[in-house]
Amino acid sequence: MSSETKQILTTDGIPLEISLKKAERKNKIKAFLLVAPLLLFLIITYIFPIGEMFTRSIDDKMITNMLPKTFKSMETWDGKELPSEEVFASFLSDFKILVEKKEHGKLAQRLNKEKNGFNTITKKLFRQVKRNKIDETQSIKEQIMKVHKRWRNVEYWQAIKRTAPPYTSAKYLKAMDMYLNEDNKITQVSEDRRIHRILWLRTVEVAFFVTVFCFLMGYPIAHLLATLPMKYSNLLMICVLLPFWTSLLVRTASWMILLQQQGVVNDFFVLIGLVSDDNRPEMMYNKVGTYVAMTQILLPFMVLPLYSVMKTISPSLMRAGKSLGGTPFVAFWKVYFPLTIPGIGAGCLLVFILAIGYYITPALVGGASGTLISNQIAYHMKTTLDWSFASAMGLMLLGGVLVIYWLYNKLVGVDNIKLG
Amino acid sequence: MSKNTEFVKFDKVDKSYDGKVLVVKDLNLNISEGEFITMLGPSGSGKTTCLMMLAGFETPTNGEIYLDSNPISNIPPHKRGIGMVFQNYALFPHMTVYENLAFPLRVRKVQKDEIDKKVDKALSMVSLSGFESRMPAQLSGGQQQRVAVARALVFDPAVVLMDEPLGALDKNLRESMQYEIKHIHENIGVTVVYVTHDQGEALTMSNRIAVFNDGKVQQLSSPDKLYEEPVNSFVAEFIGENNTFGGEVTDISKDVCKVKLQSGEILANPISVNSKGDKTTVSIRPERALINPKDKMDNNQTGKIEEVIYHGDHTRVRLDLLGNKEFILKVPNSSNELDLKLGNKIKVGWNSQDARALDPK
Repeated sequence: MSSETKQILTTDGIPLEISLKKAERKNKIKAFLLVAPLLLFLIITYIFPIGEMFTRSIDDKMITNMLPKTFKSMETWDGKELPSEEVFASFLSDFKILVEKKEHGKLAQRLNKEKNGFNTITKKLFRQVKRNKIDETQSIKEQIMKVHKRWRNVEYWQAIKRTAPPYTSAKYLKAMDMYLNEDNKITQVSEDRRIHRILWLRTVEVAFFVTVFCFLMGYPIAHLLATLPMKYSNLLMICVLLPFWTSLLVRTASWMILLQQQGVVNDFFVLIGLVSDDNRPEMMYNKVGTYVAMTQILLPFMVLPLYSVMKTISPSLMRAGKSLGGTPFVAFWKVYFPLTIPGIGAGCLLVFILAIGYYITPALVGGASGTLISNQIAYHMKTTLDWSFASAMGLMLLGGVLVIYWLYNKLVGVDNIKLG
Repeated sequence: MSKNTEFVKFDKVDKSYDGKVLVVKDLNLNISEGEFITMLGPSGSGKTTCLMMLAGFETPTNGEIYLDSNPISNIPPHKRGIGMVFQNYALFPHMTVYENLAFPLRVRKVQKDEIDKKVDKALSMVSLSGFESRMPAQLSGGQQQRVAVARALVFDPAVVLMDEPLGALDKNLRESMQYEIKHIHENIGVTVVYVTHDQGEALTMSNRIAVFNDGKVQQLSSPDKLYEEPVNSFVAEFIGENNTFGGEVTDISKDVCKVKLQSGEILANPISVNSKGDKTTVSIRPERALINPKDKMDNNQTGKIEEVIYHGDHTRVRLDLLGNKEFILKVPNSSNELDLKLGNKIKVGWNSQDARALDPK
């Protein structure tokens, strides 16, 4: 037994392992230095922004920093009756500092988001403080309560207490059309304001069907590419890759020209008498447009992995299937198709993941019924400037993709993916 | 039981891929039931094309192929009931050995227990019992080959085609597989059409060999006849080793002719020469020419030893004989009294019967 564990020495008496490490070290350092720029690039452009997005999406520190004393004194408050004199005093002292820094407006805004009505009463309190109406030798609680009747309402103090934690899940709940009510319970927003859930479902639906269409169209193309003689398959390959050489915007714009009501496709339908001139179907600014344009744009991502897998399948396998008595369909279904599953997996995963975050095409040809969650994210990034909400939705999208990846791994196995 | 001598019949089959060049020219070939026939030839000689036409993956451009007297050109491959072993085995990589063997039975809707029985039998035939649940990738090359053979036989086909099945194996394995396939054929009596470019393989395994060249069958005969009595210089060259002399016929009788070489004259067996003045190539097998012959032979010449190569069981001697500097002799190791030194002159003799005057090269 001991002979097995005995250290092997080199002829110079150095333990073999150490000697090996020494010999390999230079190569390892070289290899690491080669990948270091990429690693650094990934960390800076990918890992770090995602971390930043995450903190931004749950960050609620602003108000925590605005009312430090208030939250400290509220720690002992049970939240049922009105808080004690001490809480009121701390609140006033925090508020005075905010007034000095002219940040009381921000506070009002934040509190108003938590509960409607804070705007008015904060303004009233501000006026009293500005005019030095509050006498600190008297009971501060009594004086503040006199400012507005809502300051006497325990619900408003409960609302302040709810904002105490530095982190919040509010943005995530909002993205699911939900919020935390007064009792800290997750509640759905009223039906007429539920917009996000529709968008999520539509996004998944569009991504799913685009993947299906891409698969249905890409599979025969890939098969043809893999089996045609070289000179034809090269030409076909160029046709498949041609869209890659054209700007995404140009391609989407050309679809707009084709699909609009006075567009080429409609003109053709009218010409062959498929539809009447005054009854041209709308093929753009709705889901149809999104489907058509996205399928065309994402098709190469389906074809290429399929092609690379099909290329490796020996034609003699199909022949063997047939010579053993399988009809062409049986030979295809039992022999060829199962062997292409790695390519199907890779292609579908790729197309689905790209489709689920697609932005420009649905924004241009999608119209109101064809926009997706990514357009909503862009809207909050650029228009409402609610970056934390945009971050939350972006992360949910990322999470969704990871879940799909995980599911795929469970069902098919990631080892079965073949991208090239 | 009389065997059908036209079990497989190629009748005036032509094949062209591009409409310009004939890959197979006017092929007429009858294969008897239970026969092991090998199509032998260099690559591009049309032998694989013939096999593919028989299997149904290529259609004859002209002519017809009959299987058991039925024309089969219009029958798709899956209905021909012909087993095939492919060059690269073509085992289905996503199926276990059992599933691979069960495939032809399942598509024929055979009962489950019947399938089990037949798969068992086929696997024991190739001595691979117990490998049912292995994947093809977990098998060695020789084992994969045996699975492929078993799969081609498991559904009891009338004919089994083998397209250079041993090409990917190393030499020792190839030889043992040759015997194994030969024994399987002898045991179950299936008709085998075997394609190879390896003459050794063809000679050891076949009942008959069809030597292909340039889209045509050059000679169709049993291995020994093919070796001993080649009918033309291509076959003589292609099968085994061969010493040749180019010359002109100066005298000819029924079974002997005189051939004038560049230097000297020899007696030969007229095979494809008819009259005086015909150009010819005379072919002599190395083992048919003897050094210092004890018996009387009608060709006796003297040659100079150019090279001696020791081969263990025999020694090859290269001579300069009658102007041919590539004249090879095989000297068995038992005759060690000979003095084989470079530059020595030795006497060589052979019978005119063994010197075949064939078509000129």
